[in-house]
Amino acid sequence: MPLHRAGDHTIVFPNRPRIAESAAVVGPKEGRGPHADGFDLVLEDALFGQESYEQAEHAMFQEACERCLKKADMPKERVQALLGGDLLNQIMAASLAARELSIPFLGLYGACSTMAESLILGSVLVDGGYASPVLCAAGSHYCTAERQYRFPLEYGNQRTPAAQWTVTGAGACLLTKEGSALAHVTHATIGQVIDLGIRDANNMGAAMAPAAVDTLCRHFLDTGRKPGDYDRVITGDLGQVGADILHELMAERGYPLPEGRYMDCGLSIFHKEDDVHAGGSGCGCSASILSAAILPRLKRGEWRRVLFMATGALLSPTTSQQGETIPGIAHAVVLEGGEE
Amino acid sequence: MLLYLKVFIVGGLLCVLGEILILKTKLTPARILVLYVTAGVVLSALGLYTPLVRFAAAGATVPLTGFGHLLAQGAISAVQETGLLGAFTGGVTAAAGGIAAAVFFGFLAAICFKPKPKDY
Amino acid sequence: MAEKNLKYEAKQVLERYANLVARLTPKSKLGQGCLRAFWVGGCICVLGQALADMGTAWLQLTASAASGFASVTLVFLTALLTGIGIFDRIARYAGAGTVVPITGFANAMTSPAMEFKPEGWVLGTGARLFTIAGPVLVYGISASVIVGILYYFIRWQ
Repeated sequence: MPLHRAGDHTIVFPNRPRIAESAAVVGPKEGRGPHADGFDLVLEDALFGQESYEQAEHAMFQEACERCLKKADMPKERVQALLGGDLLNQIMAASLAARELSIPFLGLYGACSTMAESLILGSVLVDGGYASPVLCAAGSHYCTAERQYRFPLEYGNQRTPAAQWTVTGAGACLLTKEGSALAHVTHATIGQVIDLGIRDANNMGAAMAPAAVDTLCRHFLDTGRKPGDYDRVITGDLGQVGADILHELMAERGYPLPEGRYMDCGLSIFHKEDDVHAGGSGCGCSASILSAAILPRLKRGEWRRVLFMATGALLSPTTSQQGETIPGIAHAVVLEGGEE
Repeated sequence: MLLYLKVFIVGGLLCVLGEILILKTKLTPARILVLYVTAGVVLSALGLYTPLVRFAAAGATVPLTGFGHLLAQGAISAVQETGLLGAFTGGVTAAAGGIAAAVFFGFLAAICFKPKPKDY
Repeated sequence: MAEKNLKYEAKQVLERYANLVARLTPKSKLGQGCLRAFWVGGCICVLGQALADMGTAWLQLTASAASGFASVTLVFLTALLTGIGIFDRIARYAGAGTVVPITGFANAMTSPAMEFKPEGWVLGTGARLFTIAGPVLVYGISASVIVGILYYFIRWQ
């Protein structure tokens, strides 16, 4: 049996799995951002009626999944797999949501690249005829990420200009073999872990950018395409610093990103004046923007084909304190709009 | 009034030094706190901090180097009074007010308040 | 990463990337940061002096007791401002201006005590109270014990 592949790193999906529906739930700050209209639910407060922010993150993840299924008119009993993760230790938000949803569950951790990781694995299951429909989801919460990776909320410290703001949000997509589609998944490039020695946990963009460059270049090499073949090349949460590095390195590698055809979810989720420094980050960033701003444009035909690449900094406070550098990862999927 | 000016300038300068250390050396604020306390103990033991306290009062005692000064002077005077045991009792006794207040009021704040999401 | 085991070429790549990152990462504004730290830190010390003077004038405290009174009051004010969610905003403006005075120590105790309340009173609030400020006590107290022991043998003052 032939492998469905292009080159060494890219999967080709001959059956073009469909993203039937999607949903995004975000926190109040995200809900005031430029994509306010695209979200399905904006929380009134970041606790979401729960006792702790961890519980709020779990409830938000679950809410995104349930809203996605409701929009697709799909009873959860028929969903054959849930793939997803978050930023909490032991990916507890996703695990607790899976407990409540009672859907067969594969927990994923790819830091902020989790949404692309779940889309790739979900597409493999659907395209290969192993499961359909499959629910893919990812989420993050500012208040839980701060205490886990940085400081308590009320601790007084200054953020550096390169620091990013973890998005409070969750996004979910339902993948199906047939039926109506917002978009099709046609290719996926699985990224390698790349580490160019960044230690500064306040400069995640710089830690992730080399992985983003690597995955993009491998994707273009494998498919024979150029950045211009996409209406948008979309990165997850490189932020201002990471995006600047990406532009420079891609030009150096012979794949300059055309002006106006590049988008970073982290740079577009908040308003510039919202005091978020280099932009948003977190699994919920690319997951919620995918649902709120990318899939609707593909459906409307505004964009015909995009490269969606979520980027992750595989940071652990423990190994970081032991002097380890921050490895980066990036996974890319090609999304094509409308019916063929 | 002159005393208050001295307090302001010396206290302010100690903070500026901390700011330069944070921005130029990537030392985290927690490390700055440790550095300041330890520096205060050492400077005080060498007899260099007491003149600064005489000159600028709260400008030298309120910054954390002053906390270190308190610990060192406490240990030294307790050794003078009670001998070797004083090395262990003196420092904490002298600094007890600040430590107990931070523990107690920190605990009290945890009882009364919840951390708020940062939404600005 | 075990950088010492890397080949020369790989080290060159890391060095080149570090330079690129340094060039494209925006810098904190040193002048503005120092100015803010100076005036806020100075004002906190002036407040401490005022509290000490009030202690001497109205409560008839001795000089060292008045200084302790000022510290305890500053710690109380910090805990209160931390509790109502204002202290971190001041700190975001002032940087070292709030870290270096005893307010930084008090905030470093109060904020984790509040933050980890959901994990329980003992292992949450009780244990985590010291996560950030604990090292201050460890190194400050240890240094003072060493000074005391040395003083017992040498008696330089």
